[in-house]
Amino acid sequence: MAPRCRRYPLPLPRSSTGSGSRRFISSPVDSSVAAGSGVAGAKGSTSKALNSGVAWYAGIRGKLYERKYGSDFYKWGSGASLGGVRHARVASMPAVGAKFDAKPEDCIEVSVDGKDVTVAKGMTVLQACEVAGVDIPRFCYHPRLSIAGNCRMCLVEVEKTPKPVASCAMPALPGMKIKTTTPLVKKAREGVMEFLLINHPLDCPICDQGGECDLQDQSMVYGSDRGRFIEAKRSVTDKNLGPLVKTVMTRCIQCTRCVRFASEIAGVQDLGVLGRGGAEEIGTYVEKLMVSELSGNVIDICPVGALTSKPSAFTVRSWELKSTESVDVSDAIGANIRVDSRGPEVMRVIPRLNEEVNEEWISDKARFAYDGLKRQRLNEPLIRREGQLEPISWPQALKTVAEAALKVNPDEMAAIAGKLSDAESMMALKDFMNRLGCERLWVEGNSEDTVADLRSNYLVNSTIAGLENTDACLLVGTELRIEAPLLNHRLRKAVRNSRAKVGVIGPETELHLKAEHLGNSTDILASIAEGKHPFAQTLSSAKFPTIIVGSGVLQRSDKEAVLAAVQTIAHKANVIREDWNGYNFLLLNAAQAAGLDLGFVPGSRAPVGDKKSIKFLYLLGADDLTPEDIPADAFVVYQGHHGDRSAYRADVILPGVAYTEKEGTYENTEGRTQQTSPAVPTVGDARDDWKIIRALSEIAGVKLPYDTLNGVRARMLAVAPNLFRVDELEPATPLPKESLPETKGKLDSSPFKRAVENFYMTDPISRASKTMAQCTAAYGRS
Amino acid sequence: MLRQVASRGLAVLRGAAASQRTCTSRVSSSSPSDLLEQTRRLGALSREYSTALNLHRNTGDNNPEVPFEFTQANLERVKEVLSHYPKNYKQSGIIPLLDLAQQQNGGWLSISSMNKIAEIVGVAPIRVYEVATFYSMFNREKVGTYHVMVCGTTPCMLRGSRDIEAALLKHLGVDRNEVTTDGKFSVGEMECMGSCVNAPMIVVADYSNGVEGFTYNYFEDLTPESVVEIVEAYRRGEKPKHGTQNPERLNCGPAGGLTTLLGEPKAPPCRDLSAC
Repeated sequence: MAPRCRRYPLPLPRSSTGSGSRRFISSPVDSSVAAGSGVAGAKGSTSKALNSGVAWYAGIRGKLYERKYGSDFYKWGSGASLGGVRHARVASMPAVGAKFDAKPEDCIEVSVDGKDVTVAKGMTVLQACEVAGVDIPRFCYHPRLSIAGNCRMCLVEVEKTPKPVASCAMPALPGMKIKTTTPLVKKAREGVMEFLLINHPLDCPICDQGGECDLQDQSMVYGSDRGRFIEAKRSVTDKNLGPLVKTVMTRCIQCTRCVRFASEIAGVQDLGVLGRGGAEEIGTYVEKLMVSELSGNVIDICPVGALTSKPSAFTVRSWELKSTESVDVSDAIGANIRVDSRGPEVMRVIPRLNEEVNEEWISDKARFAYDGLKRQRLNEPLIRREGQLEPISWPQALKTVAEAALKVNPDEMAAIAGKLSDAESMMALKDFMNRLGCERLWVEGNSEDTVADLRSNYLVNSTIAGLENTDACLLVGTELRIEAPLLNHRLRKAVRNSRAKVGVIGPETELHLKAEHLGNSTDILASIAEGKHPFAQTLSSAKFPTIIVGSGVLQRSDKEAVLAAVQTIAHKANVIREDWNGYNFLLLNAAQAAGLDLGFVPGSRAPVGDKKSIKFLYLLGADDLTPEDIPADAFVVYQGHHGDRSAYRADVILPGVAYTEKEGTYENTEGRTQQTSPAVPTVGDARDDWKIIRALSEIAGVKLPYDTLNGVRARMLAVAPNLFRVDELEPATPLPKESLPETKGKLDSSPFKRAVENFYMTDPISRASKTMAQCTAAYGRS
Repeated sequence: MLRQVASRGLAVLRGAAASQRTCTSRVSSSSPSDLLEQTRRLGALSREYSTALNLHRNTGDNNPEVPFEFTQANLERVKEVLSHYPKNYKQSGIIPLLDLAQQQNGGWLSISSMNKIAEIVGVAPIRVYEVATFYSMFNREKVGTYHVMVCGTTPCMLRGSRDIEAALLKHLGVDRNEVTTDGKFSVGEMECMGSCVNAPMIVVADYSNGVEGFTYNYFEDLTPESVVEIVEAYRRGEKPKHGTQNPERLNCGPAGGLTTLLGEPKAPPCRDLSAC
């Protein structure tokens, strides 16, 4: 009899602790605590270690970490050998999952495989096992989602219980004796696995999840080499979830992670469990796309190949990829990502864990815009001759630019840094322009006369993670879901967990959270500032009030009056205190915060306003200017990686590199410095952005005093020391109360405008992306 | 070995069968022509599932544009149903409301009726679809005015429920889950409804008079002849006697009178309370 249920042995997931792990994501303090508690727990610590109220991390890993740190599923059978592996990993791994601040009196002792461990009350049996350093196989359990307890893979034996226990759904109780290596447990899990495989197709060779599939991995331990099921397998209709998520629903094992993700994290109640028994399936029942900026994350949480990435379908195998840890630049949140590349091509982008920034989610733009990196790229210097752009050599291009710059009076020069600029190139450009005598500089997204004097005025001071603590939040002139989906998710958590009240002044948008739209006019703002509006009361009675101002207000003519009104509200409602700063200014672009910290703003001598006087314009990947904004006689230099809007107006084009190709420093909207790492080689004849400016400065006769990346960073250290402290959050000093701004001008009655017209296309990369174009077509403005 | 060959053959043909959502396809013959014949019958086998497709496809009379409103009288009933539950747990009323909507709507739930209920209880429509697809007593496709459900579970099957169903289908000239051309009857399958003592049995859901006149009656102790009579009585507009069809039986007592418990039952042993 031929074996019918043959499992295809695929290569193990790579153990990639070495590659690209330049540094770890959470702050050193966090990971050391995590390591300490994890190791202590595994060694059978007693409550002694807890006397100081140590933060307890259950060290629960989702799929991400299995992928990232290699899988030790293969060792589950023997169990006992886990200790060493576990220690090594915990020590180098960031804290993951449930975190408990447990005082000794809130702890209980349980025994796992004969080892006594102390865990916090309320932890589940599975979490207790994690503390003890014992991995429990699971499919439906996910530390960030509610507990479903329906896959039954996590069965363990508990002494004095008649049956195996689903450890994810069973609270650990004092004195519980948990056994995970007994023959009963093995047999129970094998039984569960056999049932899971009844209807799961054996198409691993053509499945995109192959090689990084939880079911495949766990079946290596608990699966049989043949099945006893001889009936026909069922098949399930595939669902259309839009251009991002590919579905092969026959592979689904009904763990309901995606259903819970959609309703609990993304806030879209579209997915559900339909039917019952053998006919049960996941779907939307009616034809409906999953409209969420976070929808791509269901690909990561799906433990099998039912939900996979549509854009990268059939293009990659997980073991072919080189992983590079990097940072997303598609918005100002600075989500931590892992860029997976094969040769010179970025094949996919997936999130990295950083509890402080993105947890383990990223937005769809961060995840899927990477195909834009392969289109519309500028790969050689170009010069405009008789209206046509022609290739030119680097020395000639730089000479042309230098000559044009030197011909012009410094007052008639200007430089704009684009949305994706890194701090190094902005530093170089600022130094270069200043040396030429020009002070007219600004970063896209900031207005032309932004003041960068008070750092707390342009940062999310509550911090991204801290926003979860808020109990009343006022949004001013921002569509949070579209401008920063991950921040919106934090606010949604606050609404869900502590019933935070959210009021919105600005364009009406579905935020996927319970919010009250107060109106779209500055009158409401004024009446809250005067204390007449009921929401003023809500804010001032809140324990942790927050205000989030969108940086779209910078484009208003009455921005000073608006900001003054917001600050009045902040002070009246005690939003800024010693122990809590809830005044948040949400930036839109990755370059903005670093630009402001570096003082990439117009100097005091710079002319403001009329762009007509500009004769020499240096665009560092800046594309938001319309051709009408640029005077016809101006000499325009475009340095960037994409032939986007402004490249069409440029007189000289200098090809730079994209964020996946360079080591660049970025600061996110809460003031956290992070760095990208080069994952793929540069395209054609393109050069690092700061190097281009450095070379140009030499030809223009104003040589910049640095020749290496470290040299630029040393200069940055002098200007903005926080940009040197990578992965650290530099909080801003709170605005003193007495420094209430003088109200300049009056509030304009015009409504707040949308800052982002189309979430899927905001920067040169996403505008060049086919996937993002498909999203725009499918979801519209969403 | 036979089964192995057969199922391998089936696996080849699974592509065709897949769309029919076949699960039960044990085949007892091995020759290729027999296999093909068996496969042709897979279409019929697929109807052994009492649940319909778990996804909605818009049709002329079942799409979100077709309005659904509860009648004034039924709105009172909606209010009554919701009064059973706390205000913040209105979704507890989904099942009774679906039942009400089904009765009002002539035996089936249109997509608009489910949407309406979602609106009433304040949940996302998918939460109502989940419930409606879970329970096989909610019909998401049209049924006849008299929806006849035959019990197919073991006791009834042993007592001849397959003959009952065959007689019904033959008499009405329909397949399972199909509605007669006059729209009056449809035959479906149900799992055990708890009348095993009087097996075989059917249930007739009578949607001819809306919510007020709705009945859901059991007919038990059936023969292929008596079940046809019941259907015909309904066709004539009569209300046939429900319960057991065996004249010798009273309710679920033994046919032909009692065979046990003939005398006065002995009193239970009891302590002498007065002695305390």
